[in-house]
Amino acid sequence: METLKLSIWQLRELYKKKEVKPSEVVMSLIEEIYKKDKEIHSYLYINEKAIEQAKKVDEKIAKSENLRELEGIPISIKDNICTKEIPTTCASKILQNFIPPYDATVIERLKNAGAIIIGKTNMDEFAFGSSTENSAFGPTKNPFDLNRVPGGSSGGSTASVASNLCFASLGSDTGGSIRQPSAFCGVVGMKPTYGRVSRYGLVAFASSLDQIGPITKNVRDNTILLKIISGKDKKDSTSVNIEVPDYEKHLGEEIKNLKIGVPKEYFIEGIDREIKEKIFKVLKLLEKEGAIIEEITLPHTSYGIATYYIIATAEASSNLARFDGVKYGYRSKNYKNLFEMYTKTRGEGFGEEVKRRIILGTYVLSSGYYEAYYLKAQKVRTLIKKDFELAFEKVDVIITPTTPELPFKIGEKKDDPLKMYLSDIFTVNVNLSGLPAINIPIGFSLNKLPIGLQIIGNFFKEEEILKVGYVIEKNIKEEKYE
Amino acid sequence: MEDYEIVIGLEVHVELLTKTKMFCSCLTEFGAPPNTHVCPVCTGMPGVLPVINKRAVELALKTAIVFNSEISRFCRFARKNYFYPDLPKNYQISQYEEPLAKGGYLEIDGKRIRFKRIHLEEDAGKLLHSETGFISFVDFNRSGIPLLEMVTEPDIGSPEEAEKFLEKLKQILEYLEISDCNMEEGSLRCDANISVRKKGTKELGVKTEVKNMNSFKSVRKALAYESKRQIEILKRGEKIVQETRLWNEKEEITESMRTKEEAHDYRYFPEPDLVPLEINDGWIEEIRKEIKEMPDERKERFKKDYGISDYDANVLISHKGIADYFEECVKLYNNPKVIANWIMSEILAQIKGKVLKKEEIPLKPEYLVDILKLIEENKITVNTGKEILKEVYNTGLSPCEIVEKKNLLQIQDIELIGKFVEEVIRENEKAINDWKKGKQEVISFLVGQVMRKTKGRANPNIVRNILIEYLKSLK
Repeated sequence: METLKLSIWQLRELYKKKEVKPSEVVMSLIEEIYKKDKEIHSYLYINEKAIEQAKKVDEKIAKSENLRELEGIPISIKDNICTKEIPTTCASKILQNFIPPYDATVIERLKNAGAIIIGKTNMDEFAFGSSTENSAFGPTKNPFDLNRVPGGSSGGSTASVASNLCFASLGSDTGGSIRQPSAFCGVVGMKPTYGRVSRYGLVAFASSLDQIGPITKNVRDNTILLKIISGKDKKDSTSVNIEVPDYEKHLGEEIKNLKIGVPKEYFIEGIDREIKEKIFKVLKLLEKEGAIIEEITLPHTSYGIATYYIIATAEASSNLARFDGVKYGYRSKNYKNLFEMYTKTRGEGFGEEVKRRIILGTYVLSSGYYEAYYLKAQKVRTLIKKDFELAFEKVDVIITPTTPELPFKIGEKKDDPLKMYLSDIFTVNVNLSGLPAINIPIGFSLNKLPIGLQIIGNFFKEEEILKVGYVIEKNIKEEKYE
Repeated sequence: MEDYEIVIGLEVHVELLTKTKMFCSCLTEFGAPPNTHVCPVCTGMPGVLPVINKRAVELALKTAIVFNSEISRFCRFARKNYFYPDLPKNYQISQYEEPLAKGGYLEIDGKRIRFKRIHLEEDAGKLLHSETGFISFVDFNRSGIPLLEMVTEPDIGSPEEAEKFLEKLKQILEYLEISDCNMEEGSLRCDANISVRKKGTKELGVKTEVKNMNSFKSVRKALAYESKRQIEILKRGEKIVQETRLWNEKEEITESMRTKEEAHDYRYFPEPDLVPLEINDGWIEEIRKEIKEMPDERKERFKKDYGISDYDANVLISHKGIADYFEECVKLYNNPKVIANWIMSEILAQIKGKVLKKEEIPLKPEYLVDILKLIEENKITVNTGKEILKEVYNTGLSPCEIVEKKNLLQIQDIELIGKFVEEVIRENEKAINDWKKGKQEVISFLVGQVMRKTKGRANPNIVRNILIEYLKSLK
């Protein structure tokens, strides 16, 4: 069905014109998922109740009632965002049978806008990873090359969007988990400013870094979704009460005299040549549109990965303590006392990477090491943030590659965690600073793999990066870059 | 013993009297069926986030103000990480490096016991063990109830002083309406650090931490036992092991629970789910205004305004609920001395030391006043009044209802009727003489006289019997 390739705003138009029924869309989508997703494995759960929901929208349309912003639009959700009455597993054995008794705030907001939850998408277990290979239920494959990874940890979400198995998806980004897989799958993925979107109901990985964001087929759809999920939430004290602009209205604005910073630290040795060339091509294009390109420096860039892995694992070790077999989820069948129930439940329930990070995080918080690791990392984090703050005194947005490399092969880095951690080298500093950033697809490599560009904006200036992203998207489409 | 001195520091936790929990909107009410005051937040479901209860912060501020503690204008919550089934997240949200308040003191008998810190945290749930011992259950109703932790400096010099400190602390917190401070129900809990040293030495001895004391009396007893144990060890020339010890209430001894080496590493770090708490002067001033009269001030006012003795005033103000009750009664019936006597002799006896809020005293102030008025109007005797009081206390009925039900207004009181009979006999010499002469009908006349005097309320049978008894005695 060609309809499945449409964007949100196009589908909305068809509904209004009564040219297609939501139930038809949902049914053909589910059919398509059953067919195509055997290979890609982007979904962990398909919500068949979506059909009933869609039928209700059919009736509304038949009666020519007003449709809400996302009425009847099927959206997939990363499996670490709690959905009431729909399993939420974090791709972990320890939560295999967990069904949340409540909806995350973002889910409530999507539902209030009329969206249909079509299913839950695969991910690295508890969002720990950059390839979606760490799922307890098997890896997701890159729709552009089934031998390659879709990136991670929101690889299921980006793959589902890229293969038209949903109209949009929500992911979460702690160190690049929306942007890196978006780059690998050629879709638009936004990590909003920390505090822009409520984290209530997102199963926490690293509380001070996590942020939920929209993954879409294009920039316009991204603005639509972002507007709906953004804004202060009383249930999340770290969400910020700053007005949410109508992002869509900013699309199409000129970028004349817009200052774009290009940090020299992001074009280092080892970055893929094709990626580098494509980025510079885009920068030329933006210059033609009137933007001013400036080289800038972010001197503490190289400390990002080390800092990130201390802070993120420290918080994760504490956040994941609640999975103990006492209240919900998996419990070992084989224990003699409380201590054994804990150790066996967690030993059997968590995957290897999860255990690795819990141990690392526990270590850096231990007495005698806390100052040397955790506190030091917090200080470096402040310096990294300061770099960006200084840069944004001079420029409006910053452009970098999203990833240093093209999608890699399944299994290629699985046994080398440090190599895997370096996939996030261009994205983690954005989380450490709390800034918004977006991945914009800018074409393909010679072997037909997607390439992504990252636009980083100032705090709560999502509209700026969306605006620039829209210019890039439009130019690339028109010039037929391929 | 005399060569040694005892050094004690206390760590007190009180449950705050907020309507809702520390980080969610579940009710804090005590005694509900297990797991009925729970939600995803206080049961540690995946994905939930805490939100600070503003009222809990305010109650903590009130406490800090009263004890002259230095309030941090900027403070943070921290996670205390440890595994236990009653702790749903397996970390407790507490405060560590940046507590709400530091310093301050509480004065007992002119001596200042200094506070090290006062901070906010959340309570854990409760474990219930099955009789077989194979299964345990968790009740999360208590999970997330706001707790105020108060840690003193090692300024307390004896087990008795520790007990006094706790009593005074409880009194003040009750006055501030911050906590019930009920050690039996667990709304006040106390652990102690205790060490001993040779008199004259400056250095502190090796301390032990004593836990599991569930009344003020057991705090005193446990500390007395523990100090004696430590002194005996030192006298034998041995060394004290730094450890945590549990008070065994039944055996009246302390027992080793874990040594320093086995102590937890709580891996504290700032709680990333909460933004730092900012406290400005305006807020503090607002809270300061909320602080009403404290116990000592109230005592002076009672003496001055109501003319009651120092001793009586002391008893009345000892618990806020009692003092409030007293004042409520005085408002209804302006006879403070009589009310004070009745409260101290009758009501306190009924309460039996279990301190309640004014509203929780089963005898409403207006009922006590009703009883006192009945006595004043001579409708009942003092003894009948006391009987009625007990009855009201136990049944909750009003004195009038009881009087009516038991027909007490028809005077049955032998003592009281006796008085009327005496009067009538004194005033009717002629009739008495007639009776002496054998005129039986005189009795009816005399009964009539008593009835007239009591406006018909006396029980005629009792009157008749008393009269006959009396007349017989004349023969």
